[in-house]
Amino acid sequence: MQAAATTHAMTLPQRLKDAFSVAFIALLLGIPMIGLTTTDEGGTALKVLTRWPALALFVAICFVGRLALQVVREALARRRARRPAKAPAQAGSSRLLTVIGWAGVGAALLVPVAFSDNRYAVDLATTVLIYVMLGWGLNVVVGLAGLLDLGYVAFYAVGAYTYALLSTQLGWSFWQALPVAGGVAAFFGVILGYPTLRLRGDYLAIVTLGFGEIIRLILVNWTSFSGGPNGISEIPRPGLFGYNFTPPGSEHSIADLLQIDYSPMQRLFFLYYLILALALLTNLFVRGMRKLPTGRAWEAVREDEIACKALGINTTHIKLAAFAIGAMLGGFAGVFFAARQGFISPESFTFSESAIILAIVVLGGMGSQMGVVLASLVLVLLPELGRDFAQYRMLLFGAAMVLIMVWRPGGILAHRAPTLVYTGPKGDQA
Amino acid sequence: MSRQALLSVENLTMRFGGLTAIDDLSLEVPHKAITGIIGPNGAGKTTFFNCLTGFYKPTSGSVVMHHPVRGPVRLADLPSHKVARVAQVVRTFQNIRLFANMTVLENLVVAQHNALQKASVFSLAGLLRLPSYRKAADQALERALSWLTRLKLMEFVNHPAGALPYGTQRRVEIARALCVNPILLCLDEPAAGLNPKESAELNELLLYLCREEDVSILLIEHDMSVVMNVSDHICVLNYGRKIAEGAPADIRVNPHVVKAYLGEDDLEDDMAAAGA
Repeated sequence: MQAAATTHAMTLPQRLKDAFSVAFIALLLGIPMIGLTTTDEGGTALKVLTRWPALALFVAICFVGRLALQVVREALARRRARRPAKAPAQAGSSRLLTVIGWAGVGAALLVPVAFSDNRYAVDLATTVLIYVMLGWGLNVVVGLAGLLDLGYVAFYAVGAYTYALLSTQLGWSFWQALPVAGGVAAFFGVILGYPTLRLRGDYLAIVTLGFGEIIRLILVNWTSFSGGPNGISEIPRPGLFGYNFTPPGSEHSIADLLQIDYSPMQRLFFLYYLILALALLTNLFVRGMRKLPTGRAWEAVREDEIACKALGINTTHIKLAAFAIGAMLGGFAGVFFAARQGFISPESFTFSESAIILAIVVLGGMGSQMGVVLASLVLVLLPELGRDFAQYRMLLFGAAMVLIMVWRPGGILAHRAPTLVYTGPKGDQA
Repeated sequence: MSRQALLSVENLTMRFGGLTAIDDLSLEVPHKAITGIIGPNGAGKTTFFNCLTGFYKPTSGSVVMHHPVRGPVRLADLPSHKVARVAQVVRTFQNIRLFANMTVLENLVVAQHNALQKASVFSLAGLLRLPSYRKAADQALERALSWLTRLKLMEFVNHPAGALPYGTQRRVEIARALCVNPILLCLDEPAAGLNPKESAELNELLLYLCREEDVSILLIEHDMSVVMNVSDHICVLNYGRKIAEGAPADIRVNPHVVKAYLGEDDLEDDMAAAGA
């Protein structure tokens, strides 16, 4: 990224040297990735084939592309130099974010209307919203309190299994189990939080990583309790005021009650609006907490724990509250997940899920609510859109992550809105 | 020291393995006065503060705060957050520890966490915006603004604390400590990194706080223009021991002090020169 720092125009030899070095790196990377490929020869043998022309094309594209990039960068740098540095209009940008936020809520409400006959789209939107909710929950722990948690999926699993067990073993409904599962997840949050109070940063990350794995391994191995690797199936779907989204004629069918034609899409729409409501409630709750003493103390602990102690803040309580509330929100999302899938197994709660949720928070911009939404869209939709590219899908995904981090190292939305703004005497505070 | 002591330190010793950072230190900090603590680097000044404010558990000895309402409070038995909350002994740090990404106002409101937390009733009253919580929040805002006004920091009220000039950050840190409502304010090198004009302003501020706001001050400082001008009483540490105690004028000419700072060659003028 040296070229990014230079604002003056490069000479031709410099340009060529720069482009050659990029092309060389592309060559090194390209030999295993593009130059060599394997084909199935039948039986057990794999044959290695070479694709040198494709590799040559790739290197050439990198070379030319780098030259083009230099030109574009210089043009941008010149334009930036011409424009005087403006102070960031903070009030304006946060007002803009509010407008975008409401527009996003409006768009989210209209998704089932727009895709009323597209099962795949509604399902995908539901998945996005699950990740948005998980991201908002983890944001409490990582973004606000600054506690790096690599095992967040454990709480998601606790919530999902609590609902699955309560409903299949004791016949609890979704709405009865929801608060209980949240409470159980919060309890597990405290269990994780208590022994790790003295840890920060990398050390905390390792312990939370271990915690996530412990929960998963217990679920895999304690067969009599959790069903082991087979998981739990036939988990009841959520109903609405005691009525279910089932075909007419069955007990408590909403279609019968409302005298409407039954369609399986109705249940999908209901699930979509349910997670939308849960996610929006999560957002409101976290926003509210941020402006309360506990929420401000979370941010203060993130900034400087020792200063917090010197000011009389009990950092133990503050950190445990962050773990418990973050875990509770993850637990709620887990309950929804179990109810939506109807089947859960430890497969759904691997480390890669934790990594994706953490990536959503970090890519979105630590502590930013809107950033989480944008990052969830990117991280969930991109692999889906990439299905057409089959084997290059993960490459595309990785490239997008790298690009975001290069352009916006603080995350897509790194702006931190103050929780309290003094607007002058008698002006009301935000 | 005719007035009753606010803080009594008796036979305080702090050892780290084989190193004795504070060696049998006894000291009385008077009410409504500025007490200076000076000494060469490594004399144990900051360690003394850490023992006082619960960050270290002293090896032996006692530190008792004579709280005007709660009576004697043994500081060495309290965790650090309780030292601030119960004993109302609040400290600042040698390397500024502001919440850098939060605004100045937020820093000052966080300092009033305990009162606000109580009013928010496990965040419930806060989330529901009950009148009782809103009243507490308004009071916290008012208190923060009043300290900002008194410390001439109003122009920075909505600035992120970490982006302010160094000298201003020092003032913000003092303002934040004052929001905790301290009876004894412990300042660890508040003049470090300040220019002469800022140091002079600091002198004024410390005198104002002590005379007008009734805050007793314990001051660690290397800048002699600050210590000598504002302290009512000075205690000199060297290698963890108290080597001298008294009024600034006496300390200036005390042969032990001169020796500690300048070595054997006890020239009074050199001491004065080092001080200025």
